[in-house]
Amino acid sequence: MSLDPATVRRIARLARIHVENVEAEHLARELNGILGWIEQLNEVDVEGIDPLTGAAQMAMRLRPDTVTDGGIPELVLGNAPDRAGTFYAVPKVVE
Amino acid sequence: MSGVIEGRDGPWEMVIGLEVHAQVISRSKLFSGSATEFGAEPNTQVSLVDAAFPGMLPVINGECVAQAVRTGLGLDAHINMVSRFDRKNYFYADLPAGYQISQYAHPVVGAGSIEIELADGSTKRIGVTRLHLEQDAGKSLHDQHPSKSFIDLNRSGIALMEVVSEPDLRTAEEAGAYLRKLRTILRYLGTCDGNMEEGSMRAGVNVSVRRHGEPFRTRCEVKNVNSVRFVMQAIEAEAARQVEVWESGGTVEQETRLFDPARGVTRSMRSKEDAHDYRYFPDPDLLPLVLDEAWVAGLRAELPELPDAKRARFVAEHGLSAYDAAVLVADQETAAFFETVAAGRDAKLAANWIMGDFFAALNRTGRGIGDSPVSAAALGQLLDLLANRTINGRIAKEVFEAMVDTGESPASIVESRGLRQVTDTGAIEGAVDRVLAAHPDKLAEYRRGKDKLFGFFVGQVMKAMAGKGNPALVNETLRQRLSA
Repeated sequence: MSLDPATVRRIARLARIHVENVEAEHLARELNGILGWIEQLNEVDVEGIDPLTGAAQMAMRLRPDTVTDGGIPELVLGNAPDRAGTFYAVPKVVE
Repeated sequence: MSGVIEGRDGPWEMVIGLEVHAQVISRSKLFSGSATEFGAEPNTQVSLVDAAFPGMLPVINGECVAQAVRTGLGLDAHINMVSRFDRKNYFYADLPAGYQISQYAHPVVGAGSIEIELADGSTKRIGVTRLHLEQDAGKSLHDQHPSKSFIDLNRSGIALMEVVSEPDLRTAEEAGAYLRKLRTILRYLGTCDGNMEEGSMRAGVNVSVRRHGEPFRTRCEVKNVNSVRFVMQAIEAEAARQVEVWESGGTVEQETRLFDPARGVTRSMRSKEDAHDYRYFPDPDLLPLVLDEAWVAGLRAELPELPDAKRARFVAEHGLSAYDAAVLVADQETAAFFETVAAGRDAKLAANWIMGDFFAALNRTGRGIGDSPVSAAALGQLLDLLANRTINGRIAKEVFEAMVDTGESPASIVESRGLRQVTDTGAIEGAVDRVLAAHPDKLAEYRRGKDKLFGFFVGQVMKAMAGKGNPALVNETLRQRLSA
């Protein structure tokens, strides 16, 4: 697997990270290095072994369906750069 | 609505699949303990988990999982004993984490099916690909301020079930029938209230067209259509657009579109261009969801009787037609109402009264079956008065209207208004004689062979008896007198 600068720019745009064209080339080299390192895992024979989805071989704990939270609009809005009443206010998103 | 579009050079077939988002009925959210109740003040039902504060960990609500499993069982679907949650990444102001927790590769429910009924009485089995659990997003209000959008996260994190159908639907009518049937099943199960107008059930429609016998062509998704009628209109509009594109030598591009009900057309949603690259990956905050066989068996044992089973039972047990049974089971409350009225009575007569005069009265008074002016017990008493011949069929309709207006019991209306059927042969003979004496000309015509006048005499006698004569006795007495 190999990333070209165009793919790097696309990934950056999807992640809303600003990347200058000159940086893209350099980043592509770095990311390809990481990918190449990870691809070494392909050398391991995993025939017949179930995929591991987490380090802890446990199942998820189920919570009872009771209301235990909420009612804290001031905390929730505490870091909001802008608000209107108890709404967050953000630059207009036009469809 | 045949599903066939006559193009300039031959017919086209529609291929339709539906993705339905159904809001799960639960007290608290999928991964947090804040409330799900509709209509609260903005951001008052939000925990720091829902607002995606750093370091907050999601913990799943067991009841939401149970609701998804119940729905899966109700759709006759495979329950996946191990499933997993993934992050679906996209940026929008009402999605504070920058990702939605969803199930991509390993949904909790696998393949199932829904049987739909069509207007011509035929049925068709539609495949359900999968059902998965995911979080709802918050709500954006764009019309409150000239340069700002307002965000309310009360809905953020409420559990949704996404039910994905196979592309088995071929007409807008089938798509409408599928949505209605799915809604009925969800309501029977109590897993979603199915209210499309309030947004607790939302549909995305995948549409493509093809020549008969061809493989599938490129599809477009029409998003967020909020009524069964609009879904059907959106399908017709989008299919017609695609036929036009292909026939004019163009190519249909895979994209997300919006339906504009006012203009009856779909339009492209350019802003979602990148949206299909969601870069799913397993959510590292969440362990696999592992279900217990006994727990699932317990949920299965508690399932209510579902519409298909109920319909079959109404046909077998009560002798109803398939059509009548389908109408009565479409709503659980109606089905229960019918069973109360029909218990120990003529079920066919009960069905006719409910689907006729009773539904008409609900429509007229703008009430639902829950706050109906006539209870099932009262309607049953009315049918008893008919069965034991206290009143005749015509008077029964009059009594029923009085029940709707006054809420009184049928027996007291019959007594207080003197509507008891007259079966006294002396009184009937007297009325017949008076009518015949009053119409000597008609009587002479009848005797000369104008048999049609028999009905006229019946009408006059009933009128003379204020509608209360026993119809069979009136007929019999008239026949005797006229042949004398």
